[in-house]
Amino acid sequence: MGQSFHQKINPIENGVKGMSRDYILEMLNITKEFPGVKALDNVQLKVKKGTVHALMGENGAGKSTLMKILIGIYTPDSGIIKFDGEELKFSSIKTALDKGISMIHQELSPIPNMTVAENIFLGREPSYGFTGWVKAKELEEKTRQLFEKLEIDIDPNAKMADLSIANTQMVEIAKAISYNSKLIIMDEPTSAITEKEVNHLFKIIRSLKKDGVSIIYITHKMDELSQITDEVTVLRDGKYVGTKPSTQITKDELIEMMVGRELNQIFNKKQVEIVEIKEVALSVKNLSKKSKFENVSFEVRKGEILGFAGLMGSGRTEVLESVFGITPPDSGEIYINGKKVNIRSTRDAIKYGMGLLTEDRKLTGLFLPLSVQDNMITVNINEYTKGGFLKQKKIHADCKTLSEQLAIKTPSLNQIIKYLSGGNQQKALIARWLLRDPDILFLDEPTRGIDVGAKSEIYNLIFDLAEKGKAIVVISSEMPEILGLSDRILVMHEGRKMGELSREEATQEKIMKLATGELSKV
Amino acid sequence: MSSQVSVVDKREKSKVSSSSKEKVSRILNRYGMLFILIALIILMSILSPTFFTTGNLLNIVRQMSVVGIVAIGVTIVIITTGIDLSSGSVIALVSVAAASFAHPDTYPLIVPIAIGLGLGLLTGVINGTIISKAKIAPFIVTLGMMTAARGAALLITDGRPVGNLSDSFKFIGQGSVLGIPVPIIIFGVVGLISYILLNKTKFGKYVYAIGGNEQAAMIAGVNVDRYKIFVYGYAGLLSGVAGIILTSRISSGQPTAGVMYELDAIAAAVIGGTSLAGGIGAIGGTIIGALIIGVMNNGLDLLNVSPYWQQILKGVIITVAVFIDSRKNRKS
Repeated sequence: MGQSFHQKINPIENGVKGMSRDYILEMLNITKEFPGVKALDNVQLKVKKGTVHALMGENGAGKSTLMKILIGIYTPDSGIIKFDGEELKFSSIKTALDKGISMIHQELSPIPNMTVAENIFLGREPSYGFTGWVKAKELEEKTRQLFEKLEIDIDPNAKMADLSIANTQMVEIAKAISYNSKLIIMDEPTSAITEKEVNHLFKIIRSLKKDGVSIIYITHKMDELSQITDEVTVLRDGKYVGTKPSTQITKDELIEMMVGRELNQIFNKKQVEIVEIKEVALSVKNLSKKSKFENVSFEVRKGEILGFAGLMGSGRTEVLESVFGITPPDSGEIYINGKKVNIRSTRDAIKYGMGLLTEDRKLTGLFLPLSVQDNMITVNINEYTKGGFLKQKKIHADCKTLSEQLAIKTPSLNQIIKYLSGGNQQKALIARWLLRDPDILFLDEPTRGIDVGAKSEIYNLIFDLAEKGKAIVVISSEMPEILGLSDRILVMHEGRKMGELSREEATQEKIMKLATGELSKV
Repeated sequence: MSSQVSVVDKREKSKVSSSSKEKVSRILNRYGMLFILIALIILMSILSPTFFTTGNLLNIVRQMSVVGIVAIGVTIVIITTGIDLSSGSVIALVSVAAASFAHPDTYPLIVPIAIGLGLGLLTGVINGTIISKAKIAPFIVTLGMMTAARGAALLITDGRPVGNLSDSFKFIGQGSVLGIPVPIIIFGVVGLISYILLNKTKFGKYVYAIGGNEQAAMIAGVNVDRYKIFVYGYAGLLSGVAGIILTSRISSGQPTAGVMYELDAIAAAVIGGTSLAGGIGAIGGTIIGALIIGVMNNGLDLLNVSPYWQQILKGVIITVAVFIDSRKNRKS
């Protein structure tokens, strides 16, 4: 990979010494408030030229808000951004791209019906002057050259929708690099790719560094820190915690910086010595659904927490949605308390005592314009009607008791749920199921996008429910969470179950090996 | 080149070695509506001796050219996940406005044409600006324009038609060049220009990009608002073109012209495979969609089928087409 990616940047210039010349980027005293939440409070981030700077922090710590400010999606309420020596007031994403800042977006899917080449050069297609006539050949050729330079082997004319998840991510990476930026933001670039591609990416990053390009690297993976980054800045709850050289920081220090307390304080699970083996609540045998997952079997006992680990798109959510009757499986058997059941709809699943907290709160959980109370009674509404009329008093009394139990912070039960914080919204959704009192509870990413305090409360709630004898399945993409919660961990990769790990044998490394398909235990 | 990323992973391999059955279904997906059009033409030719004559075929295309032109604009709007309900009313507004300047020995031909096109463009730009800047749903904005433009058309003429048009103006809708009716020529030119715009230019790429993933287009630095205004402006302009042709063909400006044309146009787009979910659609498909409606109308007329039954049949076809479309999307 000898060639230089960036002819634009003069290597001599990078050696120039000077006070602010050392930093490609200085973000100072950045504050950003959203209605009801202070997302960023006086945050700073300083990135040295030609270095890889890790940005760490839990979900909701403010990393993505800070990056969205940097690339011009949000405008900060106050603060200064200096980029390459000049002060920046970004008005649009286009300005940021023109100034030399590009980003690999984590959650953004590409445009599925367009080709790889069209996706990469979207917004800057080579064209003939004012007519806008796109030079299709040149577009393809430029993509080919880019891929050749990066040693990526993907057909520029392939449709985006036909690529695997790993290749989609490689295209996103290539796209960010193709802007010839001085600063590239990489938002969890390795969350969906296997070790082989990770090594390839690291090689690309090192080469970029050599060319004087700086990189902001957002990650949750501790081992990547020492492998590829030079410095690390940690944010917590929208505040700046500190910046340290990556080589001088230990794992424990880092966790303490991120969490503000030690990990075992969050997961204060009572370690019961003798695990009482209880009966199986749910047993799933050889469940398959075409092009989603194949031959997945598992069982959960009463009082047990089963964790589902795997990368994005590994089929975890799809399996639970199938069991729950949203997308019934093509084949396979489901047993509840030892009896075979036929679940064809969510109504069936609820009838058999199951509950599902969905992955995307806003999309498939909440009724945003309705009150907290109306959101809570959705599943159980039949129990609260008499002759077609709602039993208002009983509803209010039950919801009140439950919201006090779960410590849902809301001015009243009539508050529109949209205005509650993510953590309290999530609690209200859990309350929705608790009103129904299911025996089996599926929790898909139960703490996504909520703050640390609320997380800890939700963990305790999950432990309580298990103690009361509920069978619980938790999907989580956060390693510490899945390790801290689960009695047993099932790992999936590309629609297949790769193995199960007991609480004792499970480590972050073992899970990753199974999740990336390097290892199989079945 | 030691650490090449493997392109063809397991899933893609299975895709590459797709069975011939899949190939057939892919061809059917892509050209299904064309086959249906051909089948319809064959069926009608067998049932009615007058159907497959040059005169009648030209007649069908000429009749469909007004709705077809509107449908092309609407297709582009729908690809961006939008909708345009105002086309029919804009046709009426353009009709009375253009006719008012097309009396014999008053203004040169260019004046009514420019006024018609300009008015169409203006309504489209207003639609696009409100939709993109005020972030109001396209359905609502164009519903408002539909009502307002119809009102304006009635207001200008006090509800009366505008007659007495110049011969040169009437040539647009009634004349022929080398035996081909002028509306068909305009339809062809509009189709070609729109095809080029959508498939060969940046404009087209951004139309598909906005429909496929608006957020991603925005992040890539595409000025989404501006292109939405272009798209609705273009649809409005084509309503203007359609309005002028219609006025010329019926020899008068009618404030009640074009009723339900927007729905016929949407039907043509949808039958032609445009997805209301956005990101998918093609000019060729829409033209085929318009022709299917035209062949049906004409053929059923020739067979003396009651117009009431014709409406029911049209309804069934639209629904079936959308059903096929939704199945197609679910698979991908």
